Amino acid sequence: MDAAVAEKPARFETVMTPAEPAIMKERKPKIVTEGVTVHYGDKQAIYPLDIKIPDRAVSAFIGPSGCGKSTFLRCINRMNDTIPTARVGGRITIDGEDIYDPALDVVQLRARVGMVFQKPNPFPKSIFDNIAYGPRIHGFARNRTDLEEIVVNSLKRAGLFEEVKDRLESPGTGLSGGQQQRLCIARAIAVNPDVILMDEPCSALDPIATARIEELIDELRENYCIVIVTHSMQQAARVSQLTAFFHLGTLVEVGDTEAMFTNPQERRTQDYIMGRFG
Amino acid sequence: MSTGLLTLFCAAAFVLVWWLARSRARSIEQANRGQRLHSRPVYHGVYVALLTVIPALLVVVAWAIAEPFYLSKIMSAALPPDVAARPAGEQSLVLLVINSLADGWSRLTAADIAQVREAGPDVQRMLAAKDIFLPSAPEGWMVDIARDVSQAKSVSRLLATGVTVLAAVGGFFYGWRKVATGLRARNLVERMMLLGLMSASAVAIFTTIGIVFSVLFESIHFFSMVPVTDFLFGTVWDPRFSAAGSDSSGQFGVLPLLWGTLYISFFALLVAVPVGLMSAIYMSEYANERVRTVAKPMLEILAGIPTIVYGLFALIAFGPFLRDFGGSLGLDISANSVLTAGIVMGVMIIPFISSLSDDIISAVPQSLRDGSYGLGATQSETIKQVVLPAALPGIVGAVLLAASRAIGETMIVVMAAGIAANLTANPFEQVTTMTVKIVSQLTGDLEFNSPQTLVAFALGLTLFVITLGLNVFALHIVRTYREQYD
Ligand SMILES: Nc1ncnc2c1ncn2[C@@H]1O[C@H](COP(=O)(O)OP(=O)(O)O)[C@@H](O)[C@H]1O
Ligand SMILES: [Mg+2]
Repeated sequence: MDAAVAEKPARFETVMTPAEPAIMKERKPKIVTEGVTVHYGDKQAIYPLDIKIPDRAVSAFIGPSGCGKSTFLRCINRMNDTIPTARVGGRITIDGEDIYDPALDVVQLRARVGMVFQKPNPFPKSIFDNIAYGPRIHGFARNRTDLEEIVVNSLKRAGLFEEVKDRLESPGTGLSGGQQQRLCIARAIAVNPDVILMDEPCSALDPIATARIEELIDELRENYCIVIVTHSMQQAARVSQLTAFFHLGTLVEVGDTEAMFTNPQERRTQDYIMGRFG
Repeated sequence: MSTGLLTLFCAAAFVLVWWLARSRARSIEQANRGQRLHSRPVYHGVYVALLTVIPALLVVVAWAIAEPFYLSKIMSAALPPDVAARPAGEQSLVLLVINSLADGWSRLTAADIAQVREAGPDVQRMLAAKDIFLPSAPEGWMVDIARDVSQAKSVSRLLATGVTVLAAVGGFFYGWRKVATGLRARNLVERMMLLGLMSASAVAIFTTIGIVFSVLFESIHFFSMVPVTDFLFGTVWDPRFSAAGSDSSGQFGVLPLLWGTLYISFFALLVAVPVGLMSAIYMSEYANERVRTVAKPMLEILAGIPTIVYGLFALIAFGPFLRDFGGSLGLDISANSVLTAGIVMGVMIIPFISSLSDDIISAVPQSLRDGSYGLGATQSETIKQVVLPAALPGIVGAVLLAASRAIGETMIVVMAAGIAANLTANPFEQVTTMTVKIVSQLTGDLEFNSPQTLVAFALGLTLFVITLGLNVFALHIVRTYREQYD
C-alpha cells in the first residue's frame, strides 16, 4: 500500500488541497469530477482531475495558456464530443447525475449547461431570432406570446433589453462587441440552464464592455452555477468566489478566491499570481 | 524583318538604352560630388528605355491599323466604273484577287507578270507555285491595280520604318536630356506602369463594349426589317430561308425559343440544385477526410467532361432509355425532349453547385456551429438553421452561376432536345433554345443582310440581357445578405 503511494507520479500530489474551500460549506456542490482525463489523439491534455464546483457562485479557472482550461471546460457540456480526435475519461456529475452516461442525451445536457465563447458568435439572424433559437429547437414556447416573453426576459436578465428593445428585428451581428457578448449570454439564458460556462468571455472586449459583463456575471451568480475561464487574474479576483489554478493539464490548486490571491499554498500558484510566468 | 527578330531587337534596344541611361545617371551623381539623385539610377535607366521603346511601338501599331484602310482606298479608287457599280458581294471577290496579287508581287519576275497579263491557261497554277492563291484568273486591269497597290505598300513600309526610328531616337534624346539629379524618374516610371496596367484592363472593357455594341447595331438593323414586337411577342418561329431579293421573310417570334431555354434550364436546376446542395452538405459537414479526398475530385471531374459528351450520352443512351421507360408506363416520351435535355444538363451543372456550395459552407465559421451546439442543437438543426442561412447568399450565387451555364448551353440541347422550335408545356416533347438557333441561323450559305441571319444577333442580345439580369440579381442578393451578416 505504501509502496503504491510512493510510485504515484509527482503530479498526483497536486490534487491534494489542504482544506475544503469555505464556499463549499455555504453552497452545495453542483459539478463534481473524478479522475477526468482528456486526450487529443495520442496527446494527453488533461491529467486525472478532481474538482467540486459550487452552485450559485462564480468559479474561475486561471492558468497560463495551453494548460487545458478550455479543454476541461468543454468536458462539462460535452462540447469535446464535436472534436473527432478528443477522448474524455473519468466521471463528471451534475447534481449527482453522470453526464457521460450513455442513457443521457447530450442535447438535453447542453440545454442545461449553457456556454459563452471567447469571441462573441451571434448567429446571422435578428436579435430576436438569436435569443429565440434555443427555445424554438427545444420547444419551450407554446405560442408567439410565450416566445416573446422568454426573449424579453432573457434580454432583461442579460442587461441588454433597454439597449435593443427598439430593434429586435435588426441583425445581432450589427451590435457592438460587448453587446454581442451580452446577446450570447442572453441566448444561453433563454434555454433556462442551471450552469453557464464562459470561456474567456471578455478577451475580445474593451475595458468598459468588460466591466459591464463582469457586473452581469455578478448578478447572474444569484441564480446560476457559473464557471469562467479567464486569463486576467484581476478579473478572477473581481468576479469569482472560487478559483482553480491549472498548469500543464493538471489542477494545481483550488480554493476560495480571496485566500488564493492573498495566501496561495502552492509554489507554482504563487509564481503565476505574482506574474513570474504565464 | 520577321516579328521574332523585331521583338528581339526591341528587347536589345531596351536593355542597351536602360544600361546607358543608368550609367549616365550614375556619372551625373558623381559629377555633382555625390549629390543624391531623386530616384535610384535604375529608374533613370527604365525611364529613358521606356521613352525610347513606347513611342516606336505606338507608331508601329498605329501604322498596322491605318495601312489597310489606305490601301483599300487606293484600290477602290482605281476600280473601273463598271466594277465599282457592282454589288458589294461581287466586288469583294475582285478585291480579294487584287489583294492577293499585290501581296505576292515581290515574288513575281517580269516574265511571270507578262504571263499573267497574257492570261494563259496555267496562270493560276503558276501563281499557286509562288504561294499566290487566287479564286479566279486575274484580268489585265487587276494586274495594273495590284502593281500600284504593291508600290504604295512598299512606300508605306519605308515610311513606317523611318517614322518608327525617328520616334525611337526622338524619345531617347528627350529622355536622355532629362536625366538629372532632380528628375523624379521613379514616379514617372511608376506612372507609366500604371498606365500600362490601366490599358490592359481597358482592353478587356473595350472588347466587351465593342461586342455589345456590334451585337446591338446588328440587332437594330434586324429590327428595322422585323418589328421588335413581332420578335419579342411572336409565338411562331419560322424564319424561312428565302431566295435573295424575295419578300417572304418568315416569322421570328422568340417566345418558343425563350420558353425552350427557360423550360430546359428549369428542369436542369430541378435536378442540380437538390443533388448539388445535398452533396455539398454531405461533403462539408458529414464526410470524413478519407471520403472527402476521394469523392470531391470525382465530383469535380464531372465539370471537366466536354458538353458534347453529355450530348452524346443523352442522344444514344439516356434519351432512348427515357423513351422506352416512358413507353412501359404508357407515356409518350419523345427521345428528344425537354426532360432528356433538362436531366442531362442538370447532371452537367451539379459540380458547379456542389463544389461552390461546399467551399461556401466550409467557410461558415466554426464558432457559429459551436454556438449552436452549445445551445443543445443537433447537427441537423445546426446545419438547417445556422449554417445554411449563413451560407445562403453564396449558395444563391452558385445556383445563378449554374443557371447561366444552363441558359448558355448549346450542344446538349441540340442532341437531347432537338432543333424544333416548339411552344409546348409538355416536357416529353421536343423544344429548342436560343443558342441552338443562333448556331443554325449562322451555318450554311450566308447572306449578311437578310433577317434570317441578322436574327442571330437579336437572339444573342436577348440572351445577353437575360444573363446580365441574372448576374445583377445575384449580386444584389449577395450584397443585401452580406450587409446583414458581416
Ligand atoms: N482540437 C484540438 N486538437 C488537438 N489538440 C488540442 C485541441 N484543442 C486544444 N488542444 C491542445 O490541448 C492543450 C490545452 O489546450 P486548451 O484547453 O485550449 O488550453 P487553454 O484554454 O488553457 O489555453 C493545448 O496543448 C492544445 O494544444
Ligand atoms: Mg482557451
